[in-house]
This record gives sequence, structure tokens and C-alpha cells, in this order.
Amino acid sequence: MLELVILILLVLCAFGYLMARSRAVALATQAGVRNHSLPAYHGAFVALWVGLPAFFLALIWLLLQDSVIDQMILASLPADMIAGLDASRESLIISEIRSIAGGQVFGQPEPAVLDAAARLNTWASLAGWAMVAACTCLALAALVVTRRKLSPSFRARHGVERIMDVLMIACAVVAILTTLGIVVSLLFEAYRFFERVPVTEFLFGLNWEPQIAIRADQVAGQGAFGAVPVFLGTLVIAFLAMLVAVPVGLLSAIYLAEYSGPRFRNSVKPILEILAGIPTVVYGFFAVLTVAPAMRSFGASIGLDVAPNSALAAGGVMGIMIIPFISSLSDDALNAVPRSLRDGSYAMGATKAETIKQVLLPAALPGIMGGVLLALSRAIGETMIVVMAAGLIAKMNINPLDSVTTVTVQIVTLLIGDTEFDNPKTLAAFALGLVLFLVTLALNVVALRIVQKYREKYD
Amino acid sequence: MASISMPESHDWLSESARQRVQRRHAADKRMRLYGLAAIGLAIGLLGVLLVSLILSGYTAFVQTKVPLQVTVSPEQVKPDNLERGNYRKLVRDAFLDLMPVEMSRSEQRDYLSMLSSGAPFLLRDRVLADPSLVGQTVEIMAPLADPMDQFHKGIIPRDVPEEQRRVNDVQIGYYDQLVAEGLVSTPFNWALFFSPDSRFPELAGLAGALVGSFYALLVCFLISFPVGIAAAIYLEEFARKNRWSDLIEVNINNLAAVPSVVFGLLGLAVFLGFFGLPRSAPLVGGMVLSLMTLPTIIIATRAALKAVPPSIREAAFGIGASRHQVVTHHVLPLALPGILTGTIIGLAQALGETAPLLLIGMNAFITSAPGGLTDPATALPTQIFIWADSPERGFVARTSAAILVLIGFLIIMNAIAIFLRQKLERKW
Repeated sequence: MLELVILILLVLCAFGYLMARSRAVALATQAGVRNHSLPAYHGAFVALWVGLPAFFLALIWLLLQDSVIDQMILASLPADMIAGLDASRESLIISEIRSIAGGQVFGQPEPAVLDAAARLNTWASLAGWAMVAACTCLALAALVVTRRKLSPSFRARHGVERIMDVLMIACAVVAILTTLGIVVSLLFEAYRFFERVPVTEFLFGLNWEPQIAIRADQVAGQGAFGAVPVFLGTLVIAFLAMLVAVPVGLLSAIYLAEYSGPRFRNSVKPILEILAGIPTVVYGFFAVLTVAPAMRSFGASIGLDVAPNSALAAGGVMGIMIIPFISSLSDDALNAVPRSLRDGSYAMGATKAETIKQVLLPAALPGIMGGVLLALSRAIGETMIVVMAAGLIAKMNINPLDSVTTVTVQIVTLLIGDTEFDNPKTLAAFALGLVLFLVTLALNVVALRIVQKYREKYD
Repeated sequence: MASISMPESHDWLSESARQRVQRRHAADKRMRLYGLAAIGLAIGLLGVLLVSLILSGYTAFVQTKVPLQVTVSPEQVKPDNLERGNYRKLVRDAFLDLMPVEMSRSEQRDYLSMLSSGAPFLLRDRVLADPSLVGQTVEIMAPLADPMDQFHKGIIPRDVPEEQRRVNDVQIGYYDQLVAEGLVSTPFNWALFFSPDSRFPELAGLAGALVGSFYALLVCFLISFPVGIAAAIYLEEFARKNRWSDLIEVNINNLAAVPSVVFGLLGLAVFLGFFGLPRSAPLVGGMVLSLMTLPTIIIATRAALKAVPPSIREAAFGIGASRHQVVTHHVLPLALPGILTGTIIGLAQALGETAPLLLIGMNAFITSAPGGLTDPATALPTQIFIWADSPERGFVARTSAAILVLIGFLIIMNAIAIFLRQKLERKW
């Protein structure tokens, strides 16, 4: 139906544009004056008013149509069928009716349900046609109203520019709406979680067994939502990742910024950037396919027992992914140190290494710290590598050779498969998501603050 | 420089001075070596990553097959009910015809299990597409089952004890006979690109994932490209510096750093939970990806707009253009190559994004390519995730091959972006 609406609107827009443009010319020659705006602006003015409101009406209509029809179907069911049902049973009935309406009949449905399915199909097609009619009417009305406005003195350009202004502001506000959407949805679902499991329990509890809590489906699950082991696992893996990424990234940045010639630099930098462009699911598979077995056999050869999904494998591979972040941000920081500091140090007779260690690194430290914090927030929020290569079971464990689990792993495993929004298992994922969002946000804000403060110092 | 203490007599030619200088130069050399070693390590790791993927993935680009002469007898496949024909028996008989020797029951079972259990479906699809085949003899290239496929490719070695491999000695005997008759061939595995997912590794392909990714990227582009450009133009050319524009700016920078899984939570709670959009649909996937791509496009567009020199704007203002006319007629066309480059890079990121798609259910097992934006679908990265999780050994090679396909697409997209940047972007 949306396709039909778009087609109709396109035709009407084109018609309105051509009509208004020629009418503007005709009116002006008739009156023997010049138009205030170019004829194309008259056309664009009409076309925008014809197309945009009707298009947005169609979008809103489509968003609301299904839930309105669901409500009408529920209301039309026999009273004894829906008496005393809670929301989840109602949605079960609705989805049964919907699947029957879609042609998938399982078993012997009740006649009332079959009737409802037939009604649903009728109403859905009715609603579709009603949408086409409503949008067409709105577009035609806009065409008539705006056509009346046309005259040589009409400020069509200003009208068009005002519409563009509104559209542009709306687009810029999308960014705010996205943040707002994230915050509100996380807070809302997390609040519902904390109604069932106390905040202190979640933040300080030492036992995380969300799956068991669901099976028991009772108060017995209450003790199993202590997220400390999950946080600890996240920190262990992030720490291992930084242990790989910081030295390698920083040393490469030092070499690229201070030692290498421009040709070497220009060919090596893009290769390092490739590491950042490889999708994380690829790193995850690499960890499972190559790194973890290699570590396991190496561990066995020196008598260490390495778990197949050890934190070391996941953290190490994550470190590889983060190398380019650290190296490019440290490179920027080193390059931002003024030439005069280097020259002063060389003039004292210091070698390059001495200059780097005693002049450049201290001067670039805030920038490098900012980069490390940004990379840390990446490591904490990184999902696919740990989902594929780290463990699922939360233990209080900081041994890198053993398996640990992370916040992102728990979010994904709790939400994969069918999700109902009213059990603590699903809601726990949102609570974890809230913590993740707040921590990464704080890290980013602090990192940007540090970087900016440092920049002001030398500019 | 406090650590370098100066001796009283400045004899720079003394032995101790020479040694000090040597030590300092050695330290300098070490530093340089550390740097080179770090770069070498990073590039070496990238090389190991790529080589291990290629080594484990290249075998999946060919498929071990045998030609079967199947007589589609009307007794087994009723012309009025083609769907329910006994294609399994037809294919079995044709496969048995290849090996005209006496077999015991268990030998026959071993032999038949060498053929892919999906072979009857290939025949069924052929007959459904062309009902006139009933009563005729059709040649189909039937894939061998996954263990035989891997045995043929040498992944399952011949010289290990029988109980340690999934191919027994009886099967190897028959296999050798088939090879001796020249029946086993390894043509290019087009099914990898044109078949949808399957439980059988030898049949599984990426068609569904490619279509799903295409739809999701299409939605992502349709939303994020216009919205991103409009937002960037507003912020860069129109907005007054005030608290609101600062807020939007901080917002965009923070959104760019929000973990991708959080966007998945947003999509799950808002698009699926609140608006009731269908699960697993490329439409929802594209919407979530567009929110993630938006900051990238906005930041790239602003940089491109900033790079247009102010003299262009001033000249246009000077001949009486309005602010809108300056932007749409002059600034935007000049900034377009930079904007397109940023958009392609943003879309390439979106193509590789996995976690948010998992949360909105685009990891379903779907055996047909999606027909529209609201059909359940997978995407390329989620398909990789599904295959990587599959226990069958044959999926290891498929996963690596799918990763190579994904990386291939990313290379193409980035190459286009680099080409645009170098050919079209104007230097002022």
C-alpha cells in the first residue's frame, strides 16, 4: 500500500510542480509584472506541500495501523474469551489470529478465532485503502489551497526555504532523539528490572545465573542477578586487550611519528587502518579458529591448562583490533607537540630516543591518555569477539587462562531467541546495557575532555 | 636531562665519554627497533588473520560433485502432485547405478550416505521448474556429503586410524572407485552465492544473507544519507552557535562512540517493542544501522562542507543569492565527493556490523531469500555468526569463505571511496 501512496504522491507532486510553474508565468504575464520568486520556486512550493504532509501521514498511519487493528480485534472477540486475561495471553491470542490470517493454520482453532482472522484480513485491507484515500485527499487539499496562494507577489522562495529549514532542523534533532531513545528505553526497561531485583543486589551481588532464575520462575531467581562477576570478566578482558594494544600501538605511533620517512609512513598507516576496518565478527571467528587452539596447544606444551574459551584469546584478539585506535590517536598527539620542543631537545645534544622519552611523551601524555581511554571504552563495548570467543558462565575469576564472561556477552545471550518483555531475564539485559552505556559514555566524555584541554595548551 | 651528569673536565674524546655516547646511541637504536617490531607485529598479525582465513576458506569455493543420470519415472513423481514425489528414491537408485557391485546392507548404507541428503531437493527443484521432465532422464550434478567433500579436499586425511575420521574404509573404497572412473569432479561452487542457507554444509549458500544485507543497507542508505546531509548542512551552514547547536554537536560525537550493542537494545525496545515492527526484518535492521551510520555521515559531511573555501560562498552572496541558494547551488555540489566518500565508508561499517542485528533477530535460520523488506532475513555478518556456531565441520570452510566474501565487498566499497576521493575531490 505504501508503494501505491508513494506513486500517487509522486504523480501529484510532479503535476503540482508543473501546474504551479506555468501558472506563475501565466499570472505574471497577465498582470504585466515580474514574479517575486522564480517560477521554479512556485512549483517547488506546491510540490513540497502536496508531497510531504501526505507522506508523513502515511508513515504515521503504517506505524499505528497494526496496534489499532489489534485493539479492535480484541474488542470484537466474544466477552467470555478475553475475560480476565492478562496482557501476555492477549498478545498470544492476537498472534494466533495473525498467523491464521496469514494463512498458517495449526490444529483446530476455535470458530471465534477463525472469524476474527477473517475480520482482521478485511480490516487490514480496508485500512490500507483508507490510508491511500486519506493521503490522496490530503495531497489534493494541499494542492487546491496552495494553488490559490500563487500570485506574482507571492514569496514562494521564502516559503520553500522555510520548509527546508524545518526539515533540516528535524533531521538534526534525529541525533538528539536517538540519544533520548537510548536513554529512555534503557532506563524504562532497567527500572522494570529493578522493581523485581533490587539495585544493590544487581550492582554488588556475586552470583550471576540468569538462566536458572527463569526456569525456577520464582523468587528463587532473586539471588542470581548479582552482576559483579560479569563486570569483573569485562574488566579482565578489557585489561588484556589494552595489554596488547597499548605497547604495540604506542610504539608503532612513536616510530611512525619520529623515525620513519614519509614514504614508509604513507604506506604503513593505511595497512594499520585495515585492522580497524575488519568487521568484529571476523575477529571473533579468527579467535575461535586460530588463536584459541594455538594458545591451548602452546599452553599444553609448557604444562599449562588453557580453557578453550580463555579470556586470553578473546582479550588478545580484541587487542589486535584496538591497535589502530591507539596508534592513530597517539600519532596525532605526538604530531601536535610543537616543533620547538623537539628542536630544543636536539640542540641540547639529546638523541631521538631521549627526546621521545623525556620531552615528547610527557608533552603528549594527555592526548595519549585520551586515546587509551577511548580505546578502553571500545574494548568494554566490543561485542562479537567476546560473544564468539569468551565464555558464557560468570565466575569470580581473574585468571586469564580460564574463561570469563562479559557484559556484552550476557546482553546478547539473554536476548537471542524469542524475547518477552516481562521476564527478569530479558530486563536484566537492559540493566546491563544501561551500565554499559553509562560507563562508555563517561569514558568518552573524560577522554574528549582530556584531549581538548591538552590541545588548548599549545594552540 | 638531569640523568646525564657532566664530568668536571670536558674531555669529549676520553674513553668513558665515547662509551657513554655509544650507550646512548645504542638506546636510540633499540627504541627504533622496538617501533619497527611493533609495526611488524601489527602487520604480521593482520597477515596471520588473512592467511588463516584464506587457508581455511578457499576449499569452500569448489564443491565435490558426482553426475547422476536420474530417470524421473511417473510412478515415483506423479505429474499432478510434483511436490510430493519420491525424489529420494530416484536419486538413490541413480547413485546406486554408479556402483554396479554387490553390496551388503551396511555397505549400501555407507555408500548411500556418501551422497548429500540434499540431492533429492535439487532434483525436486529442477522438476518443479520444468514439469515436462517427468518421464525423461535428467543429469544432475549432485554434491557429495560433507565428510566425503572434505575427504576429497584433503581436510580429512587418509592416513589416520579409521575410528578417528568420519569417513570409514568402506566409503574410501567406493570413493576410490568413483575417482578411478573419473566421476568425481570439483566445479566452482556457485551454490555458495546463489543458494540460501541449509542445515547441510554442502548445500548452504549466502543468497539469503546477500539479499538481506542488500535490503538492510538500502534502508540504511535511504534514511541516513538524506537525514545525515540535512543535519550536517544545518549545523554547519545555518545553525547559530547557541546552547542547542552545542547540544546537538556533543550528542552526535557521543553517538559515534556508543557501543553497537546498545543500538541493538534501542532497536529491540523501540522498533520491535514499542512500534511492533516485525522481528528479523531487514527494514528494522536497516533502521538500526542507519542510526549508527548517521554520526559517521554527519561528521564526514561537515568536514566536506568546511573544506569548501569561504570565497565561493562570498562570491555567491555577492551576486545576491540567498543562503539556501548559496548552499544548494554552490557549496553542496562542491562538497558532494567528500560526502559520498564518507557515506560509502559509513555503509561499509554498517555492512560489517553484527551485534545490533543479532538483537533484533536477524540470525534466524531461513531457507529462502527474503522477498521484501519485512520478510525474515539474515545478513552477511549474522550468517557468518550462525555458521561459525554450527557444529558441523563443513561449516568451518563455509564460514571462512563467507568472511572472504564479506571482506571482498568491504574492499570494493573502500576502493570506490578512495577512487572518489582521489578523482573527484577538488583541492583548493
